[in-house]
Formats: sequence, structure tokens, C-alpha cells
Amino acid sequence: MSRRAALLLAAPPIVFLAVFFAWPVASILAAGLFPNGQLDVRGLVATWTQPWALRTVAFTLALAIGSTLLTLAAGMPAAWVFARFEFRGRRLLRALSIVPFVLPTVVVGAAFLALLGPRSPVNAALAGLLGPSAPVLRLDGTIWAVLLANVFYNVAVVLRLVGGLWSHLDPRTEEAARMLGASPWRAFREVTWPLLRPAVMSAASIVFLFTVTSFGIVLVLGGPGQSTLEVEIYRQTAVLLDLPAAAALSVLQIGGIFTLLLLYARSQERLAVEGALRPAAEMARPPRTRRERLAVGGTLLGLGLLIGLPLLVLVERSFAGIGGYSLDAYRSLFSVSARSALFVPPARAIADSLVFATATLLIAGCLGLLAALVIGYRRGWLPRTFDAVVMLPLGTSAVTIGFGFIIALDQPPLDLRTSVLLIPIAHALIALPFVVRAVAPVIRAIDPRLREAAAVLGASPSRVWRAIDGPIVARAALVGAGFAFAVSLGEFGATLFIARPDTPTVPVAIYRLLNLPGGTNFSQAMAMSTILMVMTAASVLLIERFRGSGPQPF
Amino acid sequence: MSPRRHPAVVALLLATSAVVLHLSPTFAQSPAAPPQPSSPQRANPTEVTLLATDSFALSDDILASFQAQHGVPIQVLRVGDAGAMVNQAILSKEHPFADVLYGVDNTFLSRALDAGIFEPYAVTDLEALPPALRLDPQDRVTPVDYGDVCLVLDLKAFGSGGLPTPTSLRDLTLPVYKGKLVVENPATSSPGLAFLLASIEQFGETGSYTWHDYWRDLRANDVAVTAGWDDAYYSTFSGGSDSSGAAGDRPIVVSYATDPAAAVYAASPAPDVSPLGIVPSSCFRQVEFAGVLAGTDDAALARALLDFLVSQPVQEDIPPNMYVLPALPAARLPDAFARFNEAPAQPLTMQPALIGANRERWLAEWTDLVLH
Repeated sequence: MSRRAALLLAAPPIVFLAVFFAWPVASILAAGLFPNGQLDVRGLVATWTQPWALRTVAFTLALAIGSTLLTLAAGMPAAWVFARFEFRGRRLLRALSIVPFVLPTVVVGAAFLALLGPRSPVNAALAGLLGPSAPVLRLDGTIWAVLLANVFYNVAVVLRLVGGLWSHLDPRTEEAARMLGASPWRAFREVTWPLLRPAVMSAASIVFLFTVTSFGIVLVLGGPGQSTLEVEIYRQTAVLLDLPAAAALSVLQIGGIFTLLLLYARSQERLAVEGALRPAAEMARPPRTRRERLAVGGTLLGLGLLIGLPLLVLVERSFAGIGGYSLDAYRSLFSVSARSALFVPPARAIADSLVFATATLLIAGCLGLLAALVIGYRRGWLPRTFDAVVMLPLGTSAVTIGFGFIIALDQPPLDLRTSVLLIPIAHALIALPFVVRAVAPVIRAIDPRLREAAAVLGASPSRVWRAIDGPIVARAALVGAGFAFAVSLGEFGATLFIARPDTPTVPVAIYRLLNLPGGTNFSQAMAMSTILMVMTAASVLLIERFRGSGPQPF
Repeated sequence: MSPRRHPAVVALLLATSAVVLHLSPTFAQSPAAPPQPSSPQRANPTEVTLLATDSFALSDDILASFQAQHGVPIQVLRVGDAGAMVNQAILSKEHPFADVLYGVDNTFLSRALDAGIFEPYAVTDLEALPPALRLDPQDRVTPVDYGDVCLVLDLKAFGSGGLPTPTSLRDLTLPVYKGKLVVENPATSSPGLAFLLASIEQFGETGSYTWHDYWRDLRANDVAVTAGWDDAYYSTFSGGSDSSGAAGDRPIVVSYATDPAAAVYAASPAPDVSPLGIVPSSCFRQVEFAGVLAGTDDAALARALLDFLVSQPVQEDIPPNMYVLPALPAARLPDAFARFNEAPAQPLTMQPALIGANRERWLAEWTDLVLH
């Protein structure tokens, strides 16, 4: 790719990020950093050196690193199983794995409290065995509950991003190493791991960014003493309106994360190993040996406990009522009664959610693809910086972005503050990194010799791209597209601090229902959550259908 | 590449170029840009914009009735909570993006008033609203609804064979209530802040037993603190959800005086007796106000919207939608609210200016006392 072409491709995402990210964030930071027109260095340093600020930064980093490592530990076996083995329900389970992603933190918090709190099934069993004096085991209000919830939310990132690349790797390479006498571990470490590493790092970076800015789940499950940078920025901005303190913390957050992202982009470039990618070929096969069946079964069981159980709790509670299980919650959601005036008609909420998700998919999909092409094909500090910038919105406080919109996009022609466009734009900011991280590592891993061979055989450059890179890129893009869609369906809290026109999406409806007392409201919120889960799984299945099936003509 | 993949690629390219065109700077300058409601002069208003919190809800037909009367629809913008909304309104003072703001409560009122984001307007029916709720003598804001934040009891845990019913805030420090109370963090929750203010108003900052002593005792009595109302009510309080089993195990929660009514209103089938009760002497009054935003480009419409918010039909639509009480005493309540509402005769209150001046300090002190 020529420099010119790269610039041309990079222009649209750069303009998008400049207008909808850099400018708003710079505006709100400037308001805080230059309170009287002059940089308040002393105030900045004073905030940074407060003991609570240091504590908060340490806790935020520890939580994000811990969550990332645990998510990798849980996600790698799953990625392997889904990439290598064919089993019944594989596609459905893959689609279901993304469901946690869209659930509002309040809802997930409720499910985890039910499973880990004083009235959990474990405690019920203990009380049944030992009577009222039984010890009560509880994880709610501890760091473990937050870590577990973060793994629950993010395991799909590893499963899909790593699994996506893994399924392109030819298992015969590893088998050849085994044949030559390498142990399974050595064969993995020396053959598969170097090829896989970029995708693993990609997934890890997303999980890290996602957890380093986690807000709701820390508040709900972490207990009142825990505070992350994100929570503090929210407090300073939305509660106290102390913009200098908020800006000091945001600078710390954005600066720190940007530095990490630059280092990360550098390592990604160096680690990229080209080779052995089989274009869009299906490498999975049924498990053959007993050991393989055991590995597949065990991994699926683990995933079931981690992801399936909390989801089941929510579904169960949507059916539970005073008089036992019933469809009452669903019936009342869909019936038009005097009382349902409050509620968003589910059909409308679903339609709204789907419209925004489609818009997000288009914006993030196209811009992300363009960015990924540049990042994947070009080397050097410029593409590296570009890579870090594209990822940055995911690591920036939603409060900072939301308040930035309010003061930056305030004049024609860009007064979008009352425009419905702002919602998919905000979603796309968050979704972009997913598309880029799904596509860029795959591009880098394509063996250049394949292209050379095609060129030697007389194919034109565009024909070469269509034959070699195209199918692989398209497939990876679909993985990213699935995430983009899910990011938007779940709202993510990204839009919580953006003034937005009255568009009752499904998460908004859940939020409203959970804000009111009363059993019907609660079970309706659970019913809406169940609808959201089904919607998400169905959409992701549909999106992935585009990748086609059967042998590819390569 | 299979031929059937071609259309997809072409479509993708087309979509890319469409989006690129759409988002490129030329788009920004093109006359087809989205409508700009806050351009300085507006000859033909197309809508009137109401800035509200995420809790805002009114029936569609009620909202539509405004358009029938005034010819333009209400566009509702929502932003997170009251704090986020007020702060955004303050930051965008120079270029306001709404005409009316609704949902600023007495705990954020002084900040909003000090920032000068409202322009005074006395609603047509001002005299119909109780003087006790009209906290701004200059009429920069108008009370629209109120609610009392109280200790709410899960009655099945009290009475014969159960716990004694508490009658005061101080009762909660008794050993019998150890591990029974859940409150919200006042730094992240508005009922949590109201309850903190109730304790400050009740016990004061000086004397033999201050609010510091009270919270020290509550902490020693194993008070649970959650981040928000929803996790307190639905996950820690034992009376929050009738869908068996998964609710919490604490029978006392900081919530609203309308909860006993809501527990009947939003239950199916509706019980004859409310399963919840309140401790009347523990209640702190939250009043929510609306005001015309200074710099609105259509003051007449903005005023009409304010009049509309305190008109009888809207006031009667408020309780079933937001579970708070209408400011207008003449507004009729839904049956369940009329029957089961336990309004405290003398709720605790505090001057908004006093709250505004001390909030930050109180929150810091509370955090040190209870969480560290």
C-alpha cells in the first residue's frame, strides 16, 4: 500500500475521530485545565498527589490487569475449542457468548448478587444441610465479584478475536512439529503461539481498555469503598462539577492509556508473524479421541457455569411471579393497558435498538475497516500512532466524552446536541476499536508469499487482493461487525452522559423499569433483558451467516 | 472468490463511500445538515425542547396534547441523573440546547440558581402551588413534583414474632436492628444524599450526639451501603421483588414514601394490604423543579411548556409514570396512591443554599466515616 493510498484510506476515520472524539475531549479538558485562561499546574499536581488519587489509580490498574489476565485464562481454552472442533450447537454457543456484552450492568449485578450473595443457591444448600447456623458464603461486595463479572463480560472478546485467527491456522503445521518429536506444549509454544500472539494481544488490549474504564459493575458489585478512576471522574464532573479535578484525572487516564497503547502498537508490529494463514478455510473437525472430547466438554461446562448460569438467573426471574412461574411479565410488556403508558412498547424499543445498531455497524464497520487496512498494511510511527488513537475512545471516560459533546458540538453547523445522530456516533466511537482489533492482526498475519505467488502467476494487484486478502479480511470484519452491533444494542453506558432525544431503546427501557419499585416493574425489566439477549444472539448469528459456509474456492 | 460474494463487496464499498461522504467535513458545511434548533432567531419554531433526567416519563397522549394546544411538539432530551443534567446545562449556558429544564431537585438547586441558568417566570397558576414547595422567591424555578425519602420497612419482618417496628432514625442504632438496614451511597445516589441530609438535619453538626456519632453507630450496627437505589431495593432489601428467592435479606431500606403504594400499584395480582410501610419521622422531602433556561430562543413557548408541566392533566399523569407526587394539591392520585400513600406530616427539610454550601464537605466526611 502506497503512502498516498494509506492517507486516503485513513482520512475518513481521522476526520471522524477528530470531530467526535479529539475536539470534544480537548474542549472539556481545556475548560478544566485552563480555568482562568492559564494552565493551573499547581492544581493539577495537587490533584495527582492526593493519597486517594494514587490509591484510585493503583486500584484501577490492578483491577484491569487482573481482569485481563483472568479473562485470557478463561477465554483461551474456549477460543481453542471453538476454533479447532466441530460440535453440535457450536454456532449458537458462539453467538450466545457475546450476550453478556449487551446486558446493562445493573442487570448483571442483580444476577451476580443472586448467585454470590447471602441467598445464593450455595448458601441455600448449606442452610438446608446445616440449619440456620450454617456459615454464609458471599462474594458480593468483594473484588472477586467484580473480577468474575469482568470475565463474564469479556470472555467473548478473547473467544472471538483469538478464535477468529486460530481458525485460520493450519493444524497440520502443529501436527508436523509433533511428528518431529515435539511435546504438545512445545509444539503450541513454538509453532502456534507466535502466530496467535497478535490476536491474543489484540483481545487483551480490548479487555484491558474495557475494564480500566469499568464504572457500573464496580459500583454495583465492588462494595462502596471501591473506586476506580472512571468513578472518580464521574463524581468530579457530574456530581461536584469540579472541572479542574476532573480534567486532572482525565489527563491521567487518557495520557496513561495512550502511552500504553503506543507501546502496545509497537509490540504488535514487532510481534506480527506472517505466514500459514489459510484463507477462510474451515479447519474445525469433531473431537476424535477421548481426551479431546473431555477437553471440549470441560471447556463448554466451564463456559456454561461462567456465562450460562448468570444469564439463566435473569431468564428465570423474568418468569417468576408471586404465584409461581408464568408469562405475566411478557404479557404485561406487550399489552396496552393504562399502566403501560409508562413503558416503552417493546416492539418500538426493539425497532429503535435495531436501527441504532445498524447505523453503528455501518459507521464503525466502514471506518474501522479503512483504519484496519492502514494499520495492517503499513509500518512506522504514523500508523502506530493512528492505531493508538483509534483505540483511545474505549479507554476514555464516558463522562468526559459526553460532557465534551455538550460544550464542543454547540454551534452550527455541528450543533448535534439535540440530534438523534449523536447516539450511533457515540456508539461507533466505542465500536471502532473492536472492528480494528478484529481485522488488523489478521491482515498482518497473511503470508506475503501467497501474494507473491499469485502475482507471479500473472494476477493483477486487485485480483491478488481479492483472491488472497479479501476473503480473510471480510471474515475478520464480520467478527468485528458482530461486536459493533452488540456494542450498540447494549448501549454500554457510553450514551448515559450524552443528552439524547427520547429514543427508548431496549437498555433504556430496562433502566427505566429498574428505577421504579414494584414487583411487576422488576419482572418486566428481567423480561426486557431476556428479549435483549435473544435479540443479540439472533443478530450475531445473522451477521455471521454472511461469512458463508462450505469450502472456499482457494 | 465466489461470484455471489461480489454484491456484498460492492454493497460494502457503496456503504463506505456513503458514510465517508456523510461524515466528511463537506457534509458539515452542506445545507442538508440536521436542523439546528438553537440558531439564534427562529421564525417558525418546529419544537420546544425539554431537558430532563433519565427518570422522566409522561404518557404519550399527554405529551401530544401540548402539540394540539401550541402547534409544536415537545422534544424530550435525557441526560443521566439530576447532577449530570444540571452540570451540562451550566456548561452550555452560552449556547443552551434546550428551552426548559425539568428535574433539578432541592439538593442541586442552589448550584443551578447560582450559575444563572434560569430566567424568572411565574407560572399562570402559581398560587395553586403550595408555598412550602416554592423554594425560590424569584420564581426562577417552579416546583413540579415532590417525594419523601424515608426508611421503608418490609412488613413481613416486623410485628408479632418479628422485629419491633422502628419509630425514629435513632432507633436504627439499637442492637436489634444490627444488619437490617441498607442505604445508598450519598455520593452516587440521590435518595442516599437525602437520607444523609435527614440525619444531618436531625442530629446537627454540634451537640452531644452529632450526625457523625449517628453514622458511627450505624456503621457499628453493620449498615449496608450500595451504589444506587436499584441495587439497594432489588438486591439487598428483602421486600423489593416479589419474584421469590433472589431478593436481599435486609428488611429496612432508604427509599420513597410512595413505595407502600407502588408495591400495590405495580403488583399483579394487587394485594389488599401493602407489604411495605414507612417510618414517618425519618422522611426528608425532595422537591423537583422546572425552569425556563436563559437564552431560550422561544421564551413564549418555553413558558407555555412550564405552564403545561404544572397543569392538572400533566400533574395527574406524574404519579403513575414517575411514582412521585404532584406539586399541585388539586391533582387526583391513582387509586392505589390515594389509598396507600403514607405522607409524613412533618418531613425534614433543609435550605437549598445550605445544602449547596456544604454538600462536598459532608460527602467527604461521610465517606471517611462510613467507608474508610
